Amino acid sequence: MDVLQKSSERIPLSQRPEYADVKPVAQDDGPNPIVPISYTDEFRETMDYFRAIYVTDERSLRALQLTAEAIKLNAGNYTVWQFRRLVLKALNADMNKELDFVDGIVERNSKNYQIWHHRRWVAENLGTDLSTRELEFTKKILSKDAKHYHAWSHRQWVLQALGGWKDELAYCELLLKDDIFNNSAWNQRYFVVTRSPLLGGLGAMRESEVTCTVNAIMEHPENESPWRYLRGLYRNDTQALVKDPQVASVCLKILTAKNNYVHALSMLLDLLCHGFQASLEIRNAVYGLSDSGAQGSDLVKVVCSILELVDPMRANYWKWRRNMAPAQAAQCLKDDGLTGLSL
Amino acid sequence: MESSRKARGTKTQEEQWMVENDVGQIYSWVSSIPPNAQSVFLEIRRDNHIQYLMHGLNNLAPSFSTLDANRPWICYWILHSIALLGDSLDGELEHSTIEFLSRCQDPDGGYGGGPGQMPHLATTYAAVNSLITLGGPKSLSSINRVKLRAFLLRMKDASGGFRMHDGGEVDVRACYTAISVASVLNILDDELTQNVGDYILSCQTYEGGIAGEPGSEAHGGYTFCGLAAMILINEVHRLDLPCLIDWVVFRQGVEGGFQGRTNKLVDGCYSFWQGGVAVIVQKLHSVICEQLGLSNVLDSECDSESYHDYETSDISDVEECTVETSCPLGGTCHHRKEDSFADIGVDFISSKRAIAPIFSSMHLQQYLLLCSQEGAGFRDKPGKPRDQYHTCYCLSGLSVCQYCSSADASSPPLARDILGPYPNLLEQLHPLYNLVLDRYYEAHEFFSKF
Repeated sequence: MDVLQKSSERIPLSQRPEYADVKPVAQDDGPNPIVPISYTDEFRETMDYFRAIYVTDERSLRALQLTAEAIKLNAGNYTVWQFRRLVLKALNADMNKELDFVDGIVERNSKNYQIWHHRRWVAENLGTDLSTRELEFTKKILSKDAKHYHAWSHRQWVLQALGGWKDELAYCELLLKDDIFNNSAWNQRYFVVTRSPLLGGLGAMRESEVTCTVNAIMEHPENESPWRYLRGLYRNDTQALVKDPQVASVCLKILTAKNNYVHALSMLLDLLCHGFQASLEIRNAVYGLSDSGAQGSDLVKVVCSILELVDPMRANYWKWRRNMAPAQAAQCLKDDGLTGLSL
Repeated sequence: MESSRKARGTKTQEEQWMVENDVGQIYSWVSSIPPNAQSVFLEIRRDNHIQYLMHGLNNLAPSFSTLDANRPWICYWILHSIALLGDSLDGELEHSTIEFLSRCQDPDGGYGGGPGQMPHLATTYAAVNSLITLGGPKSLSSINRVKLRAFLLRMKDASGGFRMHDGGEVDVRACYTAISVASVLNILDDELTQNVGDYILSCQTYEGGIAGEPGSEAHGGYTFCGLAAMILINEVHRLDLPCLIDWVVFRQGVEGGFQGRTNKLVDGCYSFWQGGVAVIVQKLHSVICEQLGLSNVLDSECDSESYHDYETSDISDVEECTVETSCPLGGTCHHRKEDSFADIGVDFISSKRAIAPIFSSMHLQQYLLLCSQEGAGFRDKPGKPRDQYHTCYCLSGLSVCQYCSSADASSPPLARDILGPYPNLLEQLHPLYNLVLDRYYEAHEFFSKF
């Protein structure tokens, strides 16, 4: 319950003249309800009055006020939110004030679907240029929790529906500078790079993005985010991934350094399964990681064996990859019309 | 916690190190005590959990007011947990539950969060699953399927997804809850499934996992929802499965438990959302092979003789299917007979697993039993309070672990696959619906009659 709101401050609805003619409707829980909640008197009364208004579909100012009180007691009551929207429409209410209302309750209820959905509805209805205000709003939430799922979704909706792309890539870069492990920021980066009407699309952006990503990888090779991002840059174009020298090069560097190389090996495995022809340097770097000094032509098998040892949580997965890989690589050769050549 | 670590890592790193520290302390403590004492700590404290759950069923504190629009969920979390623990309610409580949920049922179809509340897809899912978990003709026949179907259709959105409620949000959760309910009640058809696959597909991210909405971050809860829904509408082959699998296996961290998103913290509930995905994909081997353009490559550890593919199409008849293009046979290569949405759930569970588990079942069980399990109830991680939601999904995750190494649904798990004493064995569940298997079979039988 709200520690700051003393119960003595609230006047019970039964004592408020503006609700005098409302007959509260009790919840129809039945004689032996299960999962019954021990409501406070305040909660029970508020909901009893809300039910009365709801059942008669009264779309008035006092109805609006009642929904605000009900929401403050339980921001998850979607029925109350939906009714509030009907009342707002009926009253032709000031939607800017409604944004203020949401501002007021979001801090204590930010992980709540209903608030964010309502915010989106209000913004849609306002139809004026709200982009700046909404980007600021989400930025504030993200400054306290840089991975807040609803805030990010809302921000993406704002960008697509209301615009404001100009500074978004820079915002991502700022967040990543602060915490290079923030996967939400990487996800947003992908969103901007692929969808911003101000940039040229993935094709135009790819080369510079690969360079940035590779730098991030070199900083922290154990950071999974940039590795997934790198693969993402080549989504639907695996052959380009296989052929990009920056990709092979970063793998080689990390394998040679022999530190935090699980993702590098995993990337190498993916490349090999898509027909990548490993250089002698890469082969030697891999053999250098293998205790048994395993050599031999099947690099895929060596890579998988090393992974089974150094990444034991995924040992079963690497075994499965090892079983799948020969057929995959052979298929790749077939696809490239290279049957008859030995691996 | 070493203070020398201060200001050396990013926020992500610092938070992760703290959790690893907490979890590490628990593990090293347990490994330092004699084996006999260890096995006590690995026991599932059945009686305590049931007592905690029953208490919630009969009374909830004022702080639960914030869940006043989610009471069918609380009901499901409790009932499903009790069922997994192999127990059940007495006749009186059963009756009260059916009565209560009937009051949550809207005359025009669907269930709301409480009596008099608008119907909502998530609470509908929870109510239906609760009633199926109770079982019995009285419980099952209390569901108005005709009205429910109409409600589901009203919730369909132009985007292909579903709205959670009238005027509500559209996301992958809504798709799953609608499809799961329709499937288990045998009211699923083309009218309901139309364009849903398109929407879910658009939610698969570059990472491989699935997001709540197109563009958002790949997330365990939504990945489960998206994958399960796609299977139930027979469109799972449209997802990039190798990419999804690679993403999900990396969600299991050093602690043994699963995280919801890349570089976030472990949480017991993801044992089901992510662990469930991991076991579901064990049965999608043939689809994966097709996507990789391979003839059916079987894991050498599996008995290929008895392999039974739940898909009716013959592999050799299928042209190469890549994930980027639609099937050259015009999307019909996996097309089933018109009315066979009804059999997908039952065919899925009876098909044999072609591959061994791709995650570490024992490590996950260890996290659940030692870090999530409390004296009574389960929690997210050490330091967080227990609740019914985590109790439900931690137990569901445990069940998934216990049964993941069995070749098929009818063979009981071996002792070596259960962490702790063999009595730790929970009931088996159907991963697509998260229902105890026996209850699912009963419902399938009941609703297939008409």
